[in-house]
Amino acid sequence: MKGSVIIVGAGIIGAACARTLSRRGLDVTIVDAGASAGATSSSGEGNLLVSDKGPGAELELAQHSLRLWRTLAPTLESEIGRDFPSVEFERKGGIVAALDAQQSQALDLFADAQRRAGVDAQRLSADEARYLEPELSPAISSGVYYPEDAQVQPTIAAEAFLASARAAGTRVLVNTVVTGPLIDADGKLAGVVTSSGNLAADDVVVAAGPWAGEVAQVLGGTLSVGPRKGFLLVTSRMPRRIFHKVYDADYVGAVGSDNHDLQTSTVIESTASGTVLIGSSRQNVGFDSGLDVAALRKIAAKAVRLMPFLLETSVIRAYCGFRPFARDHVPVIGPDPAVPGLWYAAGHEGAGIGLAPATAEMLASLMLGESPAVAAAPFAPGRAPLADSLARTT
Amino acid sequence: MGTYRVAAQIDSIAPEPATVITISVDGVAVDGLLGQTLAGVMLGSDIMAWRNTSFGDQPRGLFCGIGICFECLVVVNGQRDVRACQRRAASGDQIEFHRDLPVHVEDAESEGPS
Amino acid sequence: MKTVLIIGAGPAGLAAAAAAREGGARVVLLDSAEDVGGQYWRHLPATRPARNESLLHHGWSTFRSLRERLEGDELCEIVTWAHVWAIEDRNIHVLVGEPDGTNRDARVYNAAAVVMATGAYDRTLPIPGWELPGVFTAGGAQALAKGERIAVGHRVVVGGAGPFLLPVAESLVVAGSTVVGVYEASHARRLLGTWTTRPWELARTASKVTEMLGYVSNHVRHRIPYVTGRAVTAIQGADRVESVTVSAIDRSWAPIAGTQKTIDVDAVCLGHGFTPRLELPIAAGCRVNARRFIEVDEDQRTSVAGVFAAGEITGIGGVDLALAEGAIAGHVAAGGAASDMQMRQHRVRRRRFRQFAARIESAHGIGENWSKWLTDETIICRCEEVSFGRLNSVAEASQATGLRSLKLLTRAGLGICQGRVCGRSVEELLGAHVPGGRLIDGVSSDRRPIATPIRLGELAQELDNPAHLERTNTK
Ligand SMILES: Cc1cc2nc3c(=O)[nH]c(=O)nc-3n(C[C@H](O)[C@H](O)[C@H](O)COP(=O)(O)OP(=O)(O)OC[C@H]3O[C@@H](n4cnc5c(N)ncnc54)[C@H](O)[C@@H]3O)c2cc1C
Ligand SMILES: Cc1cc2nc3c(=O)[nH]c(=O)nc-3n(C[C@H](O)[C@H](O)[C@H](O)COP(=O)(O)OP(=O)(O)OC[C@H]3O[C@@H](n4cnc5c(N)ncnc54)[C@H](O)[C@@H]3O)c2cc1C
Ligand code: FES
Repeated sequence: MKGSVIIVGAGIIGAACARTLSRRGLDVTIVDAGASAGATSSSGEGNLLVSDKGPGAELELAQHSLRLWRTLAPTLESEIGRDFPSVEFERKGGIVAALDAQQSQALDLFADAQRRAGVDAQRLSADEARYLEPELSPAISSGVYYPEDAQVQPTIAAEAFLASARAAGTRVLVNTVVTGPLIDADGKLAGVVTSSGNLAADDVVVAAGPWAGEVAQVLGGTLSVGPRKGFLLVTSRMPRRIFHKVYDADYVGAVGSDNHDLQTSTVIESTASGTVLIGSSRQNVGFDSGLDVAALRKIAAKAVRLMPFLLETSVIRAYCGFRPFARDHVPVIGPDPAVPGLWYAAGHEGAGIGLAPATAEMLASLMLGESPAVAAAPFAPGRAPLADSLARTT
Repeated sequence: MGTYRVAAQIDSIAPEPATVITISVDGVAVDGLLGQTLAGVMLGSDIMAWRNTSFGDQPRGLFCGIGICFECLVVVNGQRDVRACQRRAASGDQIEFHRDLPVHVEDAESEGPS
Repeated sequence: MKTVLIIGAGPAGLAAAAAAREGGARVVLLDSAEDVGGQYWRHLPATRPARNESLLHHGWSTFRSLRERLEGDELCEIVTWAHVWAIEDRNIHVLVGEPDGTNRDARVYNAAAVVMATGAYDRTLPIPGWELPGVFTAGGAQALAKGERIAVGHRVVVGGAGPFLLPVAESLVVAGSTVVGVYEASHARRLLGTWTTRPWELARTASKVTEMLGYVSNHVRHRIPYVTGRAVTAIQGADRVESVTVSAIDRSWAPIAGTQKTIDVDAVCLGHGFTPRLELPIAAGCRVNARRFIEVDEDQRTSVAGVFAAGEITGIGGVDLALAEGAIAGHVAAGGAASDMQMRQHRVRRRRFRQFAARIESAHGIGENWSKWLTDETIICRCEEVSFGRLNSVAEASQATGLRSLKLLTRAGLGICQGRVCGRSVEELLGAHVPGGRLIDGVSSDRRPIATPIRLGELAQELDNPAHLERTNTK
């Protein structure tokens, strides 16, 4: 036995970490305040994207994670059995469409840089884009095709990781809130205090999504991760008319933006069950889960501009979630710089589903003293940009 | 056997004469009365199913009758997702059936959350 | 002048509107239907007049006078075909126009006082074969009889629980159908026990009792065999109903082996109780009580200041309770108090009919073992065609304990009806897999932020026309 770990949070990040750590021989307990996959991981989409990321550490992690995802579906099935619903991994490919000459130019520049970083990004004329996606507006000016973009069903994926972890010996405690640190005689972190008793372990991993900052604080650490609200729309079922993931070109702008006002960027995709998902908005409004019709209207207006046939489709549902975001928009993976035994796997913003497998792998490498497949320094909790932004906010 | 409109001559509520309208249901002309819903017109002619399900290809028609269950959806004059039990029929309405098949059960579970 | 906005123009909403007008407030009354009346007073459209329409109704004159009072009042604005699709804080978002239309008129109301009176719909438990054409909710059969003069079949079985099965059977007989049997799940002893242990209470609810006993004792009585302790446990047919299986059930509603009887029919009407339409009050933030109705105080106030609730959403109690609660809600919303003199009669009636409602609940409540009549193949979620076997195997394989995640794992409740039909049954069936017997995430299938589908083009519309702005301010 290589030691014991408590993971706080049974969303997709915690579940993926539990699976990898328990399969690497650690004694894992995963604790969640509510039910498994009941928060952010069941409130978003399951896009596994390279298209929205410019060159840099996060793109590298995403590229590595996508490679892992490609073999995960069959592996998970062998770990948890065929009765489990499929995670629906599909390499669907994505098309970004620009709506005017200026957008075309910006998109081309972005794609050029991505190509140099190893992303398969193929420029499309307006006609070519409309050939691949016939319902795209005639008004589009050009596009870029990203054949690597893929998708999974995020909730099923999170539950599949968890089932695999359980099969490998992970204990799952739901309905259990972590309320404080368990400190040993030497004054060192030795586990957590929960709403249903103390849990001792050698290490504690905070994978509490948008609440990771709060949980870190409760455990004596420092982590600047908070919520960024997002809405999605779901239509009724219809015969398939959308074949790839389709985005407008402002998508890239919003992800890295610090603007606190309502922003939307369009992602449209049809699901295997026949519904169409239309996303999404970004707002920094804390944990206010209230309906925001202005956000819904804005998402709708942009979607019909990109694909006019959507005008007459029926929206049957809207939901919202809180993307866990770090101040510098890069996930936080690694040890707390000041509290030995405290680890983080959090801050994945709008990419946690895609990044989950690589995050789990990186965390396991760091915890087991191995060298990770992707350089870990840019994700270190103690990195300069995070510390700077912390200094600014406090 | 099946559903029917109560014949005016024998109806104890003594209905006054109503205006007859004709709609097209999957290409077939069907008569009803002005003021009826699309479902009312179809049921009045013993048409009990007007949709097939997307996974199992099973016939469905009216269930709740009050706009709750969405079983009765039809395409009206090209517009999808119209509840036949809620929409008033107008003479000349073209009713088509939702034909969304096939959605294969194998890959039918994707979609984001609710 | 204060404006009271009322959502729902059934008995509760109509009574609220009249009382709010008496109390001196301006009223805006919204309903998604084409005319007022709600479920109870659903009637033929103006294009199909009938001299004796009152034969189909009880309390028809009450309805006629309420409607005339409100329609003739210029300070009462009645907006029909008004589909409330979202509530966001105090903003009530409405689309006015044809049901499921496109380009309907988008309005936003924001009133100082709001009365929620959105009513209820039939709760139908899943039964093998219940998805066949020819199976109707009991209320659906009633709606067709009253609103369309359509009879659901020639030989009909009515099954489920509660006094409401009787008026349904009566309507069918009046429409010329043969009602082969009304199968009431409760046992005769339980019914008799509840209906007669406190006869004085019954006497006070005289009008309800006469109405109810009226159904069994009037001219059609001998044509409606009423059998207790039995349930429709399976429905058969190739592509429409051909026969039903009726079984004796025990007190927990588990079928008793060897008692099955098959009856040839061409229609089945099912109603195992009612589900309140809670999505709008929930969207407004109103607290839901343990019995899953909207919590109200003596004044019919909900937990949200300025928001009132009346009728079936506060508890299933029938038309008289809805009228009394509506009157009190409208009166208080306009600035009065439930304790005011002129509310006395309504307070008394409210108390009596609440006792009456409690008796109905205790006599006809759903038994805990109804799921024993399900088979692995039985469809539970009709929209997404999720079977009982699938629910169970996914629950076992995932060991998930939250509704949110389980819905996404199984697709149950994700269809276009938004879990209105299967939601509570799904919660119950999945909860059975969790230690403690219930799902732990506190997620309710009653929550639906988008209360009725809206076309994407309607959502994309900019709301800047002056007509909209004027309505926005109804304070
Ligand atoms: C609208 C929207 C669209 C998105 N689209 C995509 C997409 O297309 N692709 C993609 O990759 N990502 C997407 N995301 C982002 C993705 O959903 C998240 O990055 C990911 O789900 C985060 O997972 P998590 O496990 O960190 O957090 P969560 O799933 O939130 O899990 C954290 C868990 O921690 C638990 N917890 C919190 N506090 C405590 C405590 N004190 N004690 C115990 N447990 C606690 C919570 O109960 C929760 O279950 C989207 C997000 C949103 C909101
Ligand atoms: C189909 C049906 C038939 C019934 N028939 C009988 C009967 O014959 N005899 C009997 O004793 N009881 C009957 N009942 C029981 C009935 O519910 C009550 O007796 C009584 O109608 C309750 O009054 P209410 O005002 O609370 O609600 P309802 O009468 O249900 O009125 C609620 C109103 O709210 C409106 N509404 C709901 N949501 C929205 C929205 N989002 N936007 C706009 N408007 C909305 C509805 O259109 C409806 O008109 C029936 C119930 C149902 C479901
Ligand atoms: S039959 Fe239920 S919505 Fe029309």
